[in-house]
Amino acid sequence: MTSEKTISSEPGPPSEGKTRTNSTFIRVFRYSLLRLVSMMVTVTIGVYLTILIANMGGYVDIIMRNEIRDNTTQSILANPNYRSLSPEAKGDLIQTKIATEINRLGLNQPFAVRSMRYLKNALTLNLGRAINMKSDQGSKEVRLILLERLPATLLLTGSSELILFFGSVFIALSLSRKYGSFWDKVTIALSPTSAAPSWFYGIFFILIFAAILRILPFGGLVDSPSPDNSLDYGLSVLKHLILPASSVIVSAIFISIYNWRTFFLIYSSEDYVEMAKAKGLTTRDIERRYILRPTLPTIITNFALLAITLWTGFIITERVFLWPGLGITLFRAINFYDTPVIVGSTIIYAYLLAITVFLLDFVYALVDPRVKVGSGGGGSQ
Amino acid sequence: MTALKNSIRDLLRYPSAILGSVILLFLLAVSVYALVTIPYSEAVRLWRGGEEVWYQNPKYAAPAWFNIFYSKKKPVSFSVRTTDGSMSKATTPSSDPEISTVDITYSFDYAYEGVPQELMIYFTSQFKDKFSFVSVSWITPDGRTIRIADMAVDHSLTFRFSQDQKLQKRLKTEDVMQAIFMDPESSTQADLKGQYQLVINGTTFEKDATIDAEFVLHGELFGAAGTDKYRRDLLLPLLYGTPIALAFGLLAALGTSLLTMVIAAAGTWYGGWVDELIQRITEVNLVLPFLAILIMVGTFYSRSIWLMLGVTILLSIFSGSIKSYRSIFIQSKESSYIEAARAYGASSSRIIFSYLIPRMIPLLIPALVSAVPSFVFLEASLAVLGLGDPVLPTWGKVINDAFADGALYQGRYYWVLEPAILLMITGFGFAMLGFALDRIFNPRLRDI
Repeated sequence: MTSEKTISSEPGPPSEGKTRTNSTFIRVFRYSLLRLVSMMVTVTIGVYLTILIANMGGYVDIIMRNEIRDNTTQSILANPNYRSLSPEAKGDLIQTKIATEINRLGLNQPFAVRSMRYLKNALTLNLGRAINMKSDQGSKEVRLILLERLPATLLLTGSSELILFFGSVFIALSLSRKYGSFWDKVTIALSPTSAAPSWFYGIFFILIFAAILRILPFGGLVDSPSPDNSLDYGLSVLKHLILPASSVIVSAIFISIYNWRTFFLIYSSEDYVEMAKAKGLTTRDIERRYILRPTLPTIITNFALLAITLWTGFIITERVFLWPGLGITLFRAINFYDTPVIVGSTIIYAYLLAITVFLLDFVYALVDPRVKVGSGGGGSQ
Repeated sequence: MTALKNSIRDLLRYPSAILGSVILLFLLAVSVYALVTIPYSEAVRLWRGGEEVWYQNPKYAAPAWFNIFYSKKKPVSFSVRTTDGSMSKATTPSSDPEISTVDITYSFDYAYEGVPQELMIYFTSQFKDKFSFVSVSWITPDGRTIRIADMAVDHSLTFRFSQDQKLQKRLKTEDVMQAIFMDPESSTQADLKGQYQLVINGTTFEKDATIDAEFVLHGELFGAAGTDKYRRDLLLPLLYGTPIALAFGLLAALGTSLLTMVIAAAGTWYGGWVDELIQRITEVNLVLPFLAILIMVGTFYSRSIWLMLGVTILLSIFSGSIKSYRSIFIQSKESSYIEAARAYGASSSRIIFSYLIPRMIPLLIPALVSAVPSFVFLEASLAVLGLGDPVLPTWGKVINDAFADGALYQGRYYWVLEPAILLMITGFGFAMLGFALDRIFNPRLRDI
């Protein structure tokens, strides 16, 4: 979806002024509507596929039915209140209870019908109730289960990705000006280190800072028992954040700097940059007005797509550091065959992605005068 | 041919390419060695084996070469047996043809600090009715002889020094290892260094009866790679993980990049609804949570590495790169040589496979090589999530086992570091080579 910009960033004919405002509005409206519909179709298909996979095409039902049968039978046989009942009465009671439970979970409908209901609920963000999982507060609402873990995930993904993004863009910008320098070569030499994922650096960091030096914790969110006052609590969380966040940053920083640097270098060899240099503008002005400005659409795209990935969390990094975020919740949900939680997490990601990609088209038009929404003639505003 | 030569010459100009190629050749050599020396079924059997396969090894032993770094040398495990001649055995017939004596001796230098975890003798004996008989004694470096045990040997018998109650009683201590390795005269608790000797005197009471013995010392260190919680020699997964990692990485990268390219080419060539469909599938694929689907497939269906490979390829085909290939194909579709091919009546498939795709190979090769590490690490990532192939010894599984057992917390760093370093070497090897290839095949990057 990112390369939508290549389609819409074709330089269109120059704006023809206010006389065309009305047709511009219609064009933008039509384009937006088409985009929205195609996004919606995409999201629907994606979510339905997830529902199918998360239910194994209905096989999870059999597992759930068996579980219900086992649990109900056991709870009735173990309940002393029912001990006086005759075996037949007990059997009847078990059958009714199983039927109620299956009915409650909607398992009596065929899978095709049920999957459509799941789809409708997911698309209307009616996330429903989890099958087995509970939030720490004891609620079975998928919304609450996910919301409860959101702060921890946003803290980790947000802090690490923001540092990573802005750090690498600014370092790359300054490297691109003095390319061939010592630090430039160091960055190039180190960029293959990004072949390894963040959890991989995580185990090295745990080894060095937690196991050998014993200055930082092995994992978790706060000390146990957690500190009473909020200042100590915050400090404790920060201490636990250092290792996972730095493993995310270290795993990607060099390739990220390298990519941005190459990107900026290509733009800084444009004729208009040479012209600006010849005019004797300061490097600061050249950077800001002649390099950053034309590259802004790409920077914004990358930032927006990065912002969406913040939502998903890092499943493996969270697991290695025992970080109680959404990634670990999703992993646990899969192990519990808890379809509502899996689908809930997917639908939110899908919506965020669709909305972001949709909005990006308009943002391009705002920051880059060459871009026209809908790729026809006329301005977008 | 000259083009190939030129590319190789270009490649040699980059130190990273040379280093990367050396690493890859080394990994290939290890893979070939592993596959030749350990057949697939044997590797699976050993990896899945329990005590019956790995009884000779201590638990949680670090590699033997760790002693280089220790000022106080730790005991290194070993095992010797009469069946392969590593322990000497002499059979002498007596005047009675039914009776013969078997003398088994083994001397070894013990120059380590501390005592071993355990000493064991595994006897096997062949006879019809009459049990063989052995007496075991232990000669310390200062010349003392300690009587260890006298016993009848069944067809097989395991004798553990520490757990033998008679021996404990005789030595008047529960700590047999201390008693047989310590200097009784010394006031300090130092063990006696020097040559120890194990002497087994056996007697058989039948004509063709035999006694064989295997002597095992469980120390703190073991072999070239150490052992894990289940006494398994880590050398096995380290060696055998190499071909698996390479196969997974290469197949996934090859499958993904080739299929992506073919689909992108077909989409641009046919245009219309085919192109539209491919673009829509790509968008749907972006919405799907890649890792979550892999985890679901692993949890719900099967954890076989080949199924995972298939799903990985399937989910990676319709990625963002299909769009960048597409934009290049759109340009080359209008080229005059395509026009010429059309003019002589070439079929669509001929144009796609003989004209469109070959032009892209320079772009494909660096992308392919650079994609390998991410797939190698993906396999390890799945294993770390507990979704590794249940039967295959892989690097990721070793890391997962170590993590599950709290290896870092307990200070058993070798357990995590060995597979991790191999993973790192593999990743960097491919990444460095891919990096250099990228610069060679994309001249635009060369000056930058």
